[in-house]
Amino acid sequence: MKNINYKDIYKQMLLLRRFEERAGKLYKMNEIAGFCHLYIGQEAIVCGIRALIDSTKDILITTYRDHGHMLALGMDPKGVMAELTGRIGGVSKGKGGSMHMFSKEKGFMGGHGIVGATAPLGTGIAFAQKYNETGGISISFMGDGAMNQGQVFESFNLASLWELPVLYVIEDNGYAIGTAKGRCCAGGELYNRAEPFGIPGRIADGMDVDSVIEIAQWGIDYVRKNCKPAVIQLSTYRFRGHSMSDATKIYRTKEEEEYMIQNRDCLKILQQKIQLSDSVIDQYEEEIKKIVDAAEEFALSSPEPDASELYTDVYSA
Amino acid sequence: MELTLRDALRDAMAEEMLRDKSVFLMGEDVSQYEGAYKVTRNLLKEFGPKRVIDTPISEHGFAGVAVGAAFMGLRPIVEFMTFNFAMQAIDHIVNSAAKTLYMSGGQITCPIVFRGPNGAAARVGAQHSQCFASWYAHCPGLKVIAPYDAMSSKALLKAAIRDNNPVVFLENELIYGKKGEVLEDQDYIMEIGKAAVLKEGKDVTIVGFSRMLDVAQAAINEVEKQGVSCELIDLRTIRPLDFATIKQSIQKTNRLLVVEESWPFAGIASEIIAQAVEHCFDYLDAEPVRITGKDIPLPYAKNLEAMALVSVEDVKRGIYKLLNRPA
Ligand SMILES: Cc1ncc(C[n+]2csc(CCOP(=O)(O)OP(=O)(O)O)c2C)c(N)n1
Ligand SMILES: [Mg+2]
Repeated sequence: MKNINYKDIYKQMLLLRRFEERAGKLYKMNEIAGFCHLYIGQEAIVCGIRALIDSTKDILITTYRDHGHMLALGMDPKGVMAELTGRIGGVSKGKGGSMHMFSKEKGFMGGHGIVGATAPLGTGIAFAQKYNETGGISISFMGDGAMNQGQVFESFNLASLWELPVLYVIEDNGYAIGTAKGRCCAGGELYNRAEPFGIPGRIADGMDVDSVIEIAQWGIDYVRKNCKPAVIQLSTYRFRGHSMSDATKIYRTKEEEEYMIQNRDCLKILQQKIQLSDSVIDQYEEEIKKIVDAAEEFALSSPEPDASELYTDVYSA
Repeated sequence: MELTLRDALRDAMAEEMLRDKSVFLMGEDVSQYEGAYKVTRNLLKEFGPKRVIDTPISEHGFAGVAVGAAFMGLRPIVEFMTFNFAMQAIDHIVNSAAKTLYMSGGQITCPIVFRGPNGAAARVGAQHSQCFASWYAHCPGLKVIAPYDAMSSKALLKAAIRDNNPVVFLENELIYGKKGEVLEDQDYIMEIGKAAVLKEGKDVTIVGFSRMLDVAQAAINEVEKQGVSCELIDLRTIRPLDFATIKQSIQKTNRLLVVEESWPFAGIASEIIAQAVEHCFDYLDAEPVRITGKDIPLPYAKNLEAMALVSVEDVKRGIYKLLNRPA
């Protein structure tokens, strides 16, 4: 078991929260466009898992709801924000956008816009890790809605059959855009869907970092020790709309939202647990504000990509 | 050395697997069974189960797994039992393999080959008889190759495996058994993106790829007896298209005919003719002609199937139309 520094985790979660709030603000100012899926509410999941991985060899892959994953892996907030504003200083030189960023250096394989695609892609990452005997594992994130994609089940079968070191993480925020889980997922809890393939799964509260860490530790250990897949499902909630254009009131009640934000906020839960003093929090806020200000400033001052970028990176030499 | 196209493809994979440990092969029935069309003969024996891998019938899933492995720097060769089934995988071929280099600002390469038989076989009906060349050639980020003879099959497959981009490699079941001379030099590869003039001529330029060149060749032999001289171009690579070679030929013959097995609408023939009109308008003495499969799902009945596919007669008719003379 790794030594867990809860203060660091709290600080990281706070960075994700404030970064996303700023992204939302820039979106409303028309500095960010298109689809922009905020991670607000779900921070405990990636920050908890991040504390446990071996960053020298483990690889993460996730969906379009990816800003938090990148910040948690230590990617530069300036590069992420500048990608959101479509500037040359962005992680993908402004050519990928919110949903498509990558960092080989930090072990982040995207940033994918097709629901369900991260399951086989993440399984393929594990295939390569086993093939090359790196000792690393692949951590493949998906939403609850993605669990209805056929390719997820194909991936479970392949990963189990070939004994691949992949941990599937279901970030269950209860909704696939406007469709509540109960209206699109038959049967019991989602992690059970891996069991027929011989893949063990567990479920935990994704709003409580401690329970995220406990279940993720189990999953990571199982995958690494046995070189076999495992599934963890984390119950969470996104506090904002699906993307910036989404009006949540159509499919969920104000009361539900308010209850979750008041009582189930992962930041508040952790703060109470570790009894962080106001002065410490203020100090974190101040540090983070500087980081986010600098990210905004960079994202607005970095130039748009030059026209010469239009036709580059279509083919590799 | 004389080899069948099938063995030329096999040798290409075996040589590249020997040369580079990051190359591996996966697909349905490729290991023990040695391929539905026996293209992977002996590969399991030579390279073992780590590198020659049978997959379940999960095209969507295993194509995605292979792309994920390629993001990590491995060089997968994915055999589709036929390209008809690759439609289930087309999302990963296009959205995951072809676009990621661009979306990552040049960071993530995807060196992968998707290969297998493409196009109509014989009497297998509509769902097993389709040419997908135009589907893949439509997409920036993909390279598309469709070889016609043993030498180019081997040399281009080797080039495809060494290429750092996703390559769709379209073979044809009906010509797997065709023999041809193949250089033994293991380092010989052909450049992707180069067409070949198979036969020189002066009256009409005929462009095609894969098995359609057999049909074109037969038509050319017949019209030659009537004193018509045709130049025949094998595209070999469909994307990137070697239009320079086509243009050179049009400038000589002033007449263009394109043969394509697939449907006429938005096909490779349409594209080549559009480019000819854009870039060689002044050289054209007659409206270009495309001879394609008929615009219908392929029927099963022997007579209907023959009518639906491109025939030697169809090509001859096209040649005479271009020359404005009666057949
Ligand atoms: C194959 C596919 N179908 C539809 C969409 C449009 N879409 C984007 S996100 C989404 C909902 C996904 O929900 P979930 O997996 O629960 O993830 P969440 O957004 O809640 O994180 C849909 C339908 C898509 N991107 N890809
Ligand atoms: Mg969801």
